[in-house]
Amino acid sequence: MGGGIDIAIESAGNLVQLACVTKQASRANYLMDIHATEVELRDLMIAGLDGNAAAYKTLLSRASDYLRGYFRGHLASANRGAVEAEDLVQEVLIAIHTQRHTYDRTRLFTPWMYAIARYKFVDYLRRTSAEASDVPVEEAEEVLAHNDHAAVESSLDLESLMAGISDQARRAIQYVKLDGLSVREAAQRCGVSESALKVTVHRGMKALALRIRQRSS
Amino acid sequence: MKTDRLIEILGANIEPISPRRLRVAVVLALVAGVTGALCLMLATVGPRTDIGAHLPSLAIKLGFALAVAGAGSAFLARSMRPGQHSRRLLALMWLPFIALGAAAVAALTTAEPASRGALVLGTAWWSCLICIPLFAAIPFAALIGAARNGAPTSLARTGAAAGLVAGAFGAAAYALHGPDDFVPFIAVWYSAAIGLCALVGALLGRRLLQW
Repeated sequence: MGGGIDIAIESAGNLVQLACVTKQASRANYLMDIHATEVELRDLMIAGLDGNAAAYKTLLSRASDYLRGYFRGHLASANRGAVEAEDLVQEVLIAIHTQRHTYDRTRLFTPWMYAIARYKFVDYLRRTSAEASDVPVEEAEEVLAHNDHAAVESSLDLESLMAGISDQARRAIQYVKLDGLSVREAAQRCGVSESALKVTVHRGMKALALRIRQRSS
Repeated sequence: MKTDRLIEILGANIEPISPRRLRVAVVLALVAGVTGALCLMLATVGPRTDIGAHLPSLAIKLGFALAVAGAGSAFLARSMRPGQHSRRLLALMWLPFIALGAAAVAALTTAEPASRGALVLGTAWWSCLICIPLFAAIPFAALIGAARNGAPTSLARTGAAAGLVAGAFGAAAYALHGPDDFVPFIAVWYSAAIGLCALVGALLGRRLLQW
Protein backbone atom coordinates (compact mmCIF):
# COMPACT_ATOMS: atom_id res chain seq x y z
CA MET A 1 0.00 0.00 0.00
CA GLY A 2 2.77 2.36 1.05
CA GLY A 3 4.55 1.80 -2.27
CA GLY A 4 1.36 2.65 -4.19
CA ILE A 5 1.05 6.00 -2.43
CA ASP A 6 4.69 6.77 -3.14
CA ILE A 7 4.20 6.04 -6.80
CA ALA A 8 1.03 8.15 -6.85
CA ILE A 9 2.85 11.05 -5.19
CA GLU A 10 5.77 10.65 -7.54
CA SER A 11 3.60 10.63 -10.64
CA ALA A 12 1.64 13.61 -9.31
CA GLY A 13 4.96 15.41 -8.90
CA ASN A 14 5.90 14.49 -12.45
CA LEU A 15 2.59 15.85 -13.67
CA VAL A 16 3.17 19.15 -11.90
CA GLN A 17 6.66 19.26 -13.35
CA LEU A 18 5.30 18.49 -16.79
CA ALA A 19 2.66 21.20 -16.41
CA CYS A 20 5.39 23.68 -15.46
CA VAL A 21 7.49 22.72 -18.46
CA THR A 22 4.48 23.00 -20.79
CA LYS A 23 3.58 26.36 -19.32
CA GLN A 24 7.13 27.59 -19.77
CA ALA A 25 7.15 26.27 -23.31
CA SER A 26 3.86 27.98 -24.17
CA ARG A 27 5.14 31.17 -22.54
CA ALA A 28 8.28 30.89 -24.68
CA ASN A 29 6.14 30.29 -27.77
CA TYR A 30 3.97 33.25 -26.87
CA LEU A 31 7.02 35.50 -26.53
CA MET A 32 8.40 34.22 -29.82
CA ASP A 33 5.08 34.98 -31.52
CA ILE A 34 5.10 38.46 -30.08
CA HIS A 35 8.64 38.97 -31.24
CA ALA A 36 7.76 37.81 -34.75
CA THR A 37 4.71 40.10 -34.78
CA GLU A 38 6.82 43.02 -33.63
CA VAL A 39 9.36 42.50 -36.40
CA GLU A 40 6.59 42.20 -38.97
CA LEU A 41 4.64 45.26 -37.81
CA ARG A 42 7.79 47.34 -37.59
CA ASP A 43 8.84 46.45 -41.13
CA LEU A 44 5.37 47.36 -42.39
CA MET A 45 5.46 50.64 -40.49
CA ILE A 46 8.84 51.64 -41.86
CA ALA A 47 7.73 50.77 -45.39
CA GLY A 48 4.61 52.87 -44.78
CA LEU A 49 6.67 55.81 -43.57
CA ASP A 50 8.69 55.52 -46.76
CA GLY A 51 5.46 55.94 -48.74
CA ASN A 52 4.46 52.33 -49.45
CA ALA A 53 0.65 52.53 -49.27
CA ALA A 54 0.02 48.77 -49.53
CA ALA A 55 2.34 48.02 -46.60
CA TYR A 56 0.80 50.87 -44.65
CA LYS A 57 -2.75 49.61 -45.13
CA THR A 58 -1.65 46.11 -44.13
CA LEU A 59 -0.10 47.58 -41.01
CA LEU A 60 -3.28 49.46 -40.07
CA SER A 61 -5.36 46.38 -40.73
CA ARG A 62 -3.12 44.12 -38.62
CA ALA A 63 -2.95 46.77 -35.90
CA SER A 64 -6.74 47.11 -35.86
CA ASP A 65 -7.12 43.38 -35.11
CA TYR A 66 -4.80 43.64 -32.11
CA LEU A 67 -6.35 46.88 -30.93
CA ARG A 68 -9.82 45.35 -31.20
CA GLY A 69 -8.72 42.43 -29.04
CA TYR A 70 -7.13 44.79 -26.55
CA PHE A 71 -10.07 47.17 -26.21
CA ARG A 72 -12.75 44.49 -26.21
CA GLY A 73 -10.96 42.70 -23.41
CA HIS A 74 -10.69 45.86 -21.36
CA LEU A 75 -14.14 47.23 -22.14
CA ALA A 76 -15.91 43.97 -21.38
CA SER A 77 -14.83 44.31 -17.76
CA ALA A 78 -16.23 47.86 -17.80
CA ASN A 79 -19.56 46.57 -19.22
CA ARG A 80 -19.19 48.32 -22.52
CA GLY A 81 -19.75 46.82 -25.88
CA ALA A 82 -18.22 46.06 -29.22
CA VAL A 83 -19.27 49.36 -30.82
CA GLU A 84 -17.37 51.38 -28.23
CA ALA A 85 -14.36 49.13 -28.78
CA GLU A 86 -14.59 49.77 -32.53
CA ASP A 87 -14.84 53.54 -31.91
CA LEU A 88 -11.63 53.29 -29.93
CA VAL A 89 -9.93 51.14 -32.57
CA GLN A 90 -10.73 53.78 -35.17
CA GLU A 91 -9.67 56.63 -32.95
CA VAL A 92 -6.31 54.94 -32.36
CA LEU A 93 -5.90 54.22 -36.09
CA ILE A 94 -6.41 57.91 -36.85
CA ALA A 95 -3.94 58.79 -34.08
CA ILE A 96 -1.39 56.30 -35.46
CA HIS A 97 -1.84 57.97 -38.83
CA THR A 98 -1.67 61.61 -37.77
CA GLN A 99 1.18 60.95 -35.34
CA ARG A 100 3.19 58.54 -37.46
CA HIS A 101 6.04 61.03 -37.71
CA THR A 102 6.58 60.55 -33.95
CA TYR A 103 7.60 56.92 -34.51
CA ASP A 104 11.38 56.52 -34.28
CA ARG A 105 12.43 53.92 -36.87
CA THR A 106 15.32 52.74 -34.71
CA ARG A 107 12.98 51.64 -31.91
CA LEU A 108 10.39 48.93 -31.33
CA PHE A 109 6.95 49.46 -32.82
CA THR A 110 4.85 47.71 -30.16
CA PRO A 111 5.62 50.10 -27.26
CA TRP A 112 4.84 53.05 -29.52
CA MET A 113 1.47 51.64 -30.54
CA TYR A 114 0.70 50.55 -26.98
CA ALA A 115 1.46 54.03 -25.61
CA ILE A 116 -0.92 55.60 -28.14
CA ALA A 117 -3.63 53.01 -27.44
CA ARG A 118 -3.27 53.53 -23.70
CA TYR A 119 -3.32 57.32 -23.99
CA LYS A 120 -6.48 57.21 -26.10
CA PHE A 121 -8.08 54.69 -23.75
CA VAL A 122 -7.44 56.80 -20.65
CA ASP A 123 -8.69 59.85 -22.53
CA TYR A 124 -11.83 58.00 -23.63
CA LEU A 125 -12.65 56.78 -20.14
CA ARG A 126 -12.11 60.25 -18.72
CA ARG A 127 -14.49 61.71 -21.30
CA THR A 128 -17.21 59.13 -21.08
CA SER A 129 -17.46 58.00 -17.49
CA ALA A 130 -18.36 59.98 -14.44
CA GLU A 131 -16.18 57.92 -12.15
CA ALA A 132 -12.46 57.78 -12.74
CA SER A 133 -11.61 54.37 -14.13
CA ASP A 134 -8.07 53.19 -13.91
CA VAL A 135 -6.48 51.67 -16.94
CA PRO A 136 -4.05 49.03 -15.72
CA VAL A 137 -0.38 49.60 -16.42
CA GLU A 138 0.84 46.57 -18.31
CA GLU A 139 3.74 45.53 -20.44
CA ALA A 140 3.53 46.97 -23.94
CA GLU A 141 3.16 43.41 -25.33
CA GLU A 142 -0.30 43.29 -23.77
CA VAL A 143 -1.58 45.16 -26.80
CA LEU A 144 -0.60 42.16 -28.97
CA ALA A 145 -2.10 39.55 -26.65
CA HIS A 146 -5.46 39.19 -28.44
CA ASN A 147 -6.12 39.25 -32.12
CA ASP A 148 -9.76 39.91 -33.03
CA HIS A 149 -10.74 40.10 -36.66
CA ALA A 150 -14.51 40.34 -36.11
CA ALA A 151 -15.03 44.04 -36.84
CA VAL A 152 -18.36 45.72 -36.25
CA GLU A 153 -19.39 49.09 -37.55
CA SER A 154 -18.33 51.95 -35.29
CA SER A 155 -20.62 54.76 -34.25
CA LEU A 156 -18.40 57.31 -35.98
CA ASP A 157 -20.03 58.90 -38.98
CA LEU A 158 -17.56 60.23 -41.50
CA GLU A 159 -19.96 62.69 -43.11
CA SER A 160 -20.95 64.35 -39.85
CA LEU A 161 -17.32 64.45 -38.70
CA MET A 162 -16.29 66.05 -41.98
CA ALA A 163 -19.05 68.63 -41.57
CA GLY A 164 -17.28 69.95 -38.50
CA ILE A 165 -13.97 70.95 -40.08
CA SER A 166 -13.04 73.92 -42.25
CA ASP A 167 -14.20 74.02 -45.88
CA GLN A 168 -10.64 74.09 -47.11
CA ALA A 169 -9.60 71.04 -45.08
CA ARG A 170 -12.78 69.19 -46.04
CA ARG A 171 -12.15 69.77 -49.73
CA ALA A 172 -8.51 68.72 -49.45
CA ILE A 173 -9.40 65.50 -47.62
CA GLN A 174 -12.25 64.82 -50.03
CA TYR A 175 -9.92 65.08 -53.06
CA VAL A 176 -6.85 63.30 -51.70
CA LYS A 177 -8.28 60.76 -49.30
CA LEU A 178 -11.77 59.95 -50.64
CA ASP A 179 -11.71 60.69 -54.38
CA GLY A 180 -8.19 59.37 -54.77
CA LEU A 181 -6.85 62.39 -56.64
CA SER A 182 -3.09 62.80 -56.58
CA VAL A 183 -1.66 65.54 -54.39
CA ARG A 184 -0.68 67.49 -57.52
CA GLU A 185 -4.19 67.34 -59.02
CA ALA A 186 -5.82 68.22 -55.72
CA ALA A 187 -3.44 71.15 -55.25
CA GLN A 188 -4.32 72.46 -58.71
CA ARG A 189 -8.05 72.21 -58.01
CA CYS A 190 -7.68 73.99 -54.69
CA GLY A 191 -5.34 76.57 -56.20
CA VAL A 192 -2.58 76.06 -53.64
CA SER A 193 0.93 74.60 -53.69
CA GLU A 194 1.45 70.88 -53.15
CA SER A 195 3.19 71.35 -49.83
CA ALA A 196 0.42 73.67 -48.61
CA LEU A 197 -2.12 71.03 -49.59
CA LYS A 198 -0.23 68.32 -47.67
CA VAL A 199 -0.23 70.54 -44.58
CA THR A 200 -3.96 71.18 -45.01
CA VAL A 201 -4.68 67.45 -45.25
CA HIS A 202 -2.55 66.73 -42.17
CA ARG A 203 -4.22 69.47 -40.13
CA GLY A 204 -7.62 68.34 -41.40
CA MET A 205 -6.98 64.79 -40.17
CA LYS A 206 -5.96 66.16 -36.78
CA ALA A 207 -9.12 68.28 -36.73
CA LEU A 208 -11.17 65.15 -37.47
CA ALA A 209 -9.50 63.40 -34.54
CA LEU A 210 -10.37 66.38 -32.35
CA ARG A 211 -14.00 66.20 -33.52
CA ILE A 212 -14.16 62.58 -32.39
CA ARG A 213 -12.94 63.58 -28.95
CA GLN A 214 -15.42 66.44 -28.68
CA ARG A 215 -18.30 64.29 -29.88
CA SER A 216 -18.37 62.19 -26.72
CA SER A 217 -17.49 64.82 -24.17
CA MET B 1 -18.18 53.67 -40.26
CA LYS B 2 -16.46 50.40 -41.09
CA THR B 3 -12.85 50.11 -40.01
CA ASP B 4 -11.81 48.80 -43.43
CA ARG B 5 -13.17 51.96 -45.02
CA LEU B 6 -11.25 54.11 -42.55
CA ILE B 7 -8.05 52.19 -43.36
CA GLU B 8 -8.62 52.81 -47.08
CA ILE B 9 -9.02 56.53 -46.38
CA LEU B 10 -5.99 56.77 -44.12
CA GLY B 11 -3.83 54.81 -46.55
CA ALA B 12 -4.89 56.79 -49.64
CA ASN B 13 -2.18 58.89 -51.28
CA ILE B 14 0.27 58.73 -48.38
CA GLU B 15 3.49 60.71 -48.59
CA PRO B 16 6.89 59.59 -47.31
CA ILE B 17 7.61 60.96 -43.84
CA SER B 18 10.98 62.49 -43.05
CA PRO B 19 12.52 60.91 -39.93
CA ARG B 20 13.88 64.33 -38.96
CA ARG B 21 10.55 66.15 -38.94
CA LEU B 22 10.03 66.22 -35.19
CA ARG B 23 13.66 67.05 -34.41
CA VAL B 24 13.59 69.95 -36.87
CA ALA B 25 10.47 71.33 -35.18
CA VAL B 26 12.13 71.19 -31.74
CA VAL B 27 15.40 72.75 -32.92
CA LEU B 28 13.55 75.58 -34.68
CA ALA B 29 11.54 76.24 -31.53
CA LEU B 30 14.71 76.28 -29.42
CA VAL B 31 16.43 78.77 -31.74
CA ALA B 32 13.32 80.96 -31.93
CA GLY B 33 12.96 80.75 -28.15
CA VAL B 34 16.51 81.82 -27.33
CA THR B 35 16.32 84.66 -29.82
CA GLY B 36 12.95 85.79 -28.51
CA ALA B 37 14.08 85.78 -24.87
CA LEU B 38 17.25 87.71 -25.71
CA CYS B 39 15.41 90.30 -27.80
CA LEU B 40 12.80 90.84 -25.10
CA MET B 41 15.57 91.36 -22.54
CA LEU B 42 17.37 93.83 -24.81
CA ALA B 43 14.14 95.67 -25.57
CA THR B 44 13.11 96.00 -21.92
CA VAL B 45 15.74 96.06 -19.17
CA GLY B 46 18.86 95.77 -21.34
CA PRO B 47 22.22 94.24 -20.34
CA ARG B 48 24.08 95.56 -17.29
CA THR B 49 26.70 98.15 -18.15
CA ASP B 50 29.46 96.61 -16.02
CA ILE B 51 29.08 93.16 -17.57
CA GLY B 52 32.80 92.92 -18.41
CA ALA B 53 33.73 93.10 -14.75
CA HIS B 54 31.56 90.11 -13.79
CA LEU B 55 32.48 87.46 -16.34
CA PRO B 56 33.07 84.58 -13.85
CA SER B 57 29.61 84.91 -12.29
CA LEU B 58 28.09 85.37 -15.76
CA ALA B 59 29.73 82.08 -16.73
CA ILE B 60 28.16 80.35 -13.70
CA LYS B 61 24.70 81.73 -14.50
CA LEU B 62 24.90 80.88 -18.20
CA GLY B 63 26.42 77.47 -17.51
CA PHE B 64 23.61 76.64 -15.09
CA ALA B 65 20.87 77.92 -17.39
CA LEU B 66 22.22 76.15 -20.45
CA ALA B 67 22.72 72.87 -18.56
CA VAL B 68 19.06 73.01 -17.46
CA ALA B 69 17.97 73.90 -21.00
CA GLY B 70 20.07 71.09 -22.49
CA ALA B 71 18.78 68.33 -20.21
CA GLY B 72 15.25 69.74 -20.39
CA SER B 73 15.11 69.89 -24.16
CA ALA B 74 16.45 66.33 -24.48
CA PHE B 75 13.66 65.21 -22.15
CA LEU B 76 11.10 67.34 -23.98
CA ALA B 77 12.02 65.95 -27.40
CA ARG B 78 11.82 62.40 -26.12
CA SER B 79 8.53 62.93 -24.27
CA MET B 80 6.91 63.91 -27.57
CA ARG B 81 7.31 60.35 -28.85
CA PRO B 82 4.90 57.78 -27.37
CA GLY B 83 6.37 54.80 -25.57
CA GLN B 84 9.85 56.15 -24.93
CA HIS B 85 10.96 56.03 -21.33
CA SER B 86 13.15 58.82 -20.12
CA ARG B 87 13.82 58.23 -16.43
CA ARG B 88 17.54 58.81 -16.88
CA LEU B 89 16.93 62.17 -18.53
CA LEU B 90 14.50 63.06 -15.77
CA ALA B 91 17.29 62.46 -13.25
CA LEU B 92 19.72 64.41 -15.41
CA MET B 93 17.45 67.46 -15.27
CA TRP B 94 17.91 67.69 -11.51
CA LEU B 95 21.70 67.62 -11.77
CA PRO B 96 22.34 71.33 -12.49
CA PHE B 97 20.05 72.30 -9.59
CA ILE B 98 21.80 69.91 -7.22
CA ALA B 99 25.28 71.07 -8.30
CA LEU B 100 24.42 74.74 -7.90
CA GLY B 101 22.66 74.06 -4.60
CA ALA B 102 25.75 72.27 -3.28
CA ALA B 103 27.96 75.18 -4.34
CA ALA B 104 25.56 77.58 -2.59
CA VAL B 105 25.63 75.57 0.63
CA ALA B 106 29.43 75.47 0.50
CA ALA B 107 29.56 79.25 0.00
CA LEU B 108 27.14 79.83 2.88
CA THR B 109 28.96 77.58 5.35
CA THR B 110 32.30 79.29 4.69
CA ALA B 111 30.78 82.78 4.84
CA GLU B 112 30.49 84.83 7.99
CA PRO B 113 27.13 84.18 9.70
CA ALA B 114 26.18 87.88 9.58
CA SER B 115 26.61 88.11 5.79
CA ARG B 116 24.61 84.98 4.94
CA GLY B 117 21.30 86.79 4.57
CA ALA B 118 22.77 89.22 2.08
CA LEU B 119 24.30 86.37 0.04
CA VAL B 120 20.85 84.83 -0.44
CA LEU B 121 18.68 87.92 -0.75
CA GLY B 122 21.05 90.04 -2.85
CA THR B 123 19.67 93.32 -4.13
CA ALA B 124 16.99 92.46 -6.70
CA TRP B 125 15.40 89.04 -6.11
CA TRP B 126 11.99 90.38 -7.10
CA SER B 127 13.27 91.54 -10.48
CA CYS B 128 14.69 88.04 -10.99
CA LEU B 129 11.29 86.46 -10.21
CA ILE B 130 9.47 88.82 -12.56
CA CYS B 131 11.90 89.05 -15.47
CA ILE B 132 12.77 85.38 -15.92
CA PRO B 133 9.15 84.18 -16.35
CA LEU B 134 8.48 87.21 -18.54
CA PHE B 135 11.42 86.44 -20.83
CA ALA B 136 10.35 82.79 -20.79
CA ALA B 137 6.99 83.56 -22.40
CA ILE B 138 8.27 83.60 -25.99
CA PRO B 139 10.34 80.39 -25.75
CA PHE B 140 7.44 78.72 -23.95
CA ALA B 141 5.03 79.54 -26.74
CA ALA B 142 7.53 78.30 -29.33
CA LEU B 143 8.19 75.04 -27.45
CA ILE B 144 4.50 74.31 -26.84
CA GLY B 145 3.95 74.91 -30.54
CA ALA B 146 6.63 72.33 -31.31
CA ALA B 147 5.25 69.89 -28.73
CA ARG B 148 1.85 70.11 -30.39
CA ASN B 149 3.53 68.56 -33.43
CA GLY B 150 4.31 65.54 -31.33
CA ALA B 151 2.23 63.06 -29.38
CA PRO B 152 3.05 63.48 -25.70
CA THR B 153 1.29 60.89 -23.54
CA SER B 154 1.99 62.63 -20.24
CA LEU B 155 0.80 66.16 -20.89
CA ALA B 156 1.76 67.70 -17.55
CA ARG B 157 5.28 66.30 -17.82
CA THR B 158 5.82 67.55 -21.34
CA GLY B 159 4.33 70.92 -20.40
CA ALA B 160 6.62 71.11 -17.37
CA ALA B 161 9.65 70.31 -19.54
CA ALA B 162 8.66 73.06 -21.99
CA GLY B 163 8.28 75.46 -19.04
CA LEU B 164 11.62 74.38 -17.59
CA VAL B 165 13.51 74.94 -20.85
CA ALA B 166 11.73 78.25 -21.43
CA GLY B 167 12.54 79.30 -17.86
CA ALA B 168 16.18 78.36 -18.42
CA PHE B 169 16.26 80.53 -21.55
CA GLY B 170 14.64 83.34 -19.59
CA ALA B 171 17.32 82.89 -16.92
CA ALA B 172 20.09 82.96 -19.54
CA ALA B 173 18.71 86.24 -20.90
CA TYR B 174 18.32 87.66 -17.41
CA ALA B 175 21.90 86.64 -16.55
CA LEU B 176 23.08 89.43 -18.88
CA HIS B 177 21.09 91.97 -16.87
CA GLY B 178 20.86 90.80 -13.25
CA PRO B 179 23.08 92.73 -10.82
CA ASP B 180 23.41 89.92 -8.25
CA ASP B 181 26.45 87.66 -8.48
CA PHE B 182 26.50 85.58 -5.28
CA VAL B 183 26.18 81.84 -5.86
CA PRO B 184 23.55 81.40 -3.07
CA PHE B 185 21.43 84.11 -4.73
CA ILE B 186 21.63 82.39 -8.11
CA ALA B 187 20.87 79.01 -6.57
CA VAL B 188 17.75 80.26 -4.79
CA TRP B 189 16.19 82.82 -7.11
CA TYR B 190 17.19 81.60 -10.57
CA SER B 191 16.08 78.10 -9.57
CA ALA B 192 12.84 79.40 -8.08
CA ALA B 193 12.03 81.38 -11.22
CA ILE B 194 12.77 78.40 -13.47
CA GLY B 195 10.74 76.15 -11.18
CA LEU B 196 7.83 78.56 -11.37
CA CYS B 197 7.97 78.39 -15.17
CA ALA B 198 7.98 74.58 -15.03
CA LEU B 199 4.95 74.61 -12.73
CA VAL B 200 2.99 76.94 -15.00
CA GLY B 201 4.10 74.80 -17.94
CA ALA B 202 2.70 71.66 -16.29
CA LEU B 203 -0.65 73.33 -15.66
CA LEU B 204 -0.92 74.81 -19.17
CA GLY B 205 0.41 71.66 -20.80
CA ARG B 206 -2.62 69.68 -19.69
CA ARG B 207 -4.86 72.00 -21.66
CA LEU B 208 -2.68 72.96 -24.60
CA LEU B 209 -1.14 69.61 -25.52
CA GLN B 210 -4.21 67.38 -25.88
CA TRP B 211 -4.46 65.39 -29.08
